[in-house]
Amino acid sequence: MPRWQPVIGLEIHVQLSTESKIFSGASTAFGAEPNSQACAVDLGLPGVLPVLNERAVALAIRFGLAIGASIAERSVFARKNYFYPDLPKGYQISQYAEPIVNHGRLCLTLPSGEEKEIRILRAHLEEDAGKSVHDLFPGQSGIDLNRAGTPLLEVVTEPDLSSAAEAVQYMRTLHTLVRFIGICDGNMQEGSFRCDANVSVKPADSPTLGTRAEIKNLNSFRFVERAINHEIERQIELLESGGKVVQETRLYDPDRDETRSMRSKEDAHDYRYFPDPDLLPIVISADEIAAARAALPELPQQREARYLREFGLNREEAEALSSELPVAEYFEALAAQCGDARQAANWVSGEVFAALNRDALPFSEIRVSSGRLAGLLTRIQDQTVSNSMAKQVFEAMWQGPEDADAIIEARGLRQVTDSGEIEALVDAVISENPDQVAQFRAGKDKVFGFFVGQVMKRSKGKANPQTVNDLVVSKLKT
Amino acid sequence: MLEEAQVQTLARLARIAVEPAELPVLAAQLSRILTLVEAMEAVDTSGVEPLAHPLEPVPRRRPDTVTEIDQREQFAAIAPAMAEGHYLVPRVIE
Repeated sequence: MPRWQPVIGLEIHVQLSTESKIFSGASTAFGAEPNSQACAVDLGLPGVLPVLNERAVALAIRFGLAIGASIAERSVFARKNYFYPDLPKGYQISQYAEPIVNHGRLCLTLPSGEEKEIRILRAHLEEDAGKSVHDLFPGQSGIDLNRAGTPLLEVVTEPDLSSAAEAVQYMRTLHTLVRFIGICDGNMQEGSFRCDANVSVKPADSPTLGTRAEIKNLNSFRFVERAINHEIERQIELLESGGKVVQETRLYDPDRDETRSMRSKEDAHDYRYFPDPDLLPIVISADEIAAARAALPELPQQREARYLREFGLNREEAEALSSELPVAEYFEALAAQCGDARQAANWVSGEVFAALNRDALPFSEIRVSSGRLAGLLTRIQDQTVSNSMAKQVFEAMWQGPEDADAIIEARGLRQVTDSGEIEALVDAVISENPDQVAQFRAGKDKVFGFFVGQVMKRSKGKANPQTVNDLVVSKLKT
Repeated sequence: MLEEAQVQTLARLARIAVEPAELPVLAAQLSRILTLVEAMEAVDTSGVEPLAHPLEPVPRRRPDTVTEIDQREQFAAIAPAMAEGHYLVPRVIE
């Protein structure tokens, strides 16, 4: 038996973050009453004309630049013809021969640490279809066209992915990117980021690709991995038992964990595309591209690399701090304000994330601005408060509007660094605990912590821990 | 010359019911359209920019603002069937 090599390409539908639809002024807000956001254009009523949403174009350009693609000076909308009840016009407006974005790439860091570049063949603008409801009306299907006309960017890779795990990683990397550059909210439950996978297998030593099947309806990272693995196994079994893979569209059913053929897509290869006479080509000027390039933020992967290089963070920290733009901006502002990136990284990925997590808040609702937190970190640096006291101060800052200095003063949390004062406490603890002193001198090093703990307790946590350590050592050893 | 089978395929894709007796007639008529296209293809268009629209104006783009109001009730009035806000169609099962 030959060793089989899976070959996978993904088509990801990225819903663009616009207020209104790609060709009409109807709202794209999620969760509205059925059909309350489907206007005459979305319904395909006679006599209507589509007019292109400028923001959809701007977001497509931004994406193209972020993946190092070329932006077409001229791209053309085409009609993709098929009949389905949730597509009222009988065609979907899409781009075919001349898409807006061509030939980009996305770099993956594999679990081995190795990097792999995935080529992105194209990304094209199109409108979404509506939604069919099959279980609400006996013997009939209900159609909700609120989603019809929502702008999508379909991002198509070359068949460069060679396992389900790689496919998931590509999808995650793309997901991070589109959220970071603010072109998509990435909400997979609401269908803002959907994946179709083209899967084939070939003998490992064969240069020719096998026949592929397209799997639709992969709306979570977990499903993508399961469905692709399942499809790879199905094709290998089929080929090894002398069968042939048929080019077809298969639907993934997460309840049964299987893919099955979609008979409705029998004519899927025959969409009879032609340029849409209702829409002129999109013409994009060099100035427009230059402006979009200037407005593009530094991207997550570049930031991650810079955090490793400039700040000496480890990969995990760098990734956590660079994968969302508001987090990255907060972290960098804090690092600049407190002058210590290492300390800033610890606090953001420690206390800040923990507090957000505990209160179930998105980062946008953070309670302590980078400036206020920098004020606290400065007080740790100048030894006004110890690190553990600072956590109490942070908690108070999280709950109220005061800055660190006001809280430290009001609550008397100023750290005691005066060694005379601490020395008195150390002396007292040593003289009151002769048994522990004897144990320590007999070589039981663990008792050391007991002395430090007692001194800290008597100082109500305010003694400088380093001073306490030093004094306990010197007193016990003499 | 189009085959009758090709005409049948086109009819299915366009959801048009065609009687078998009509197929040869349609095949002949549609073939005449293709002949016309072939005649036009004979013209040398190398170096000629494709014409997207006879007016060739600068394509307008719309600002991204919501300008439509909910007119579901009016649309419902001209829909064949509607229930609980949904347009109803014969059952489609995947």
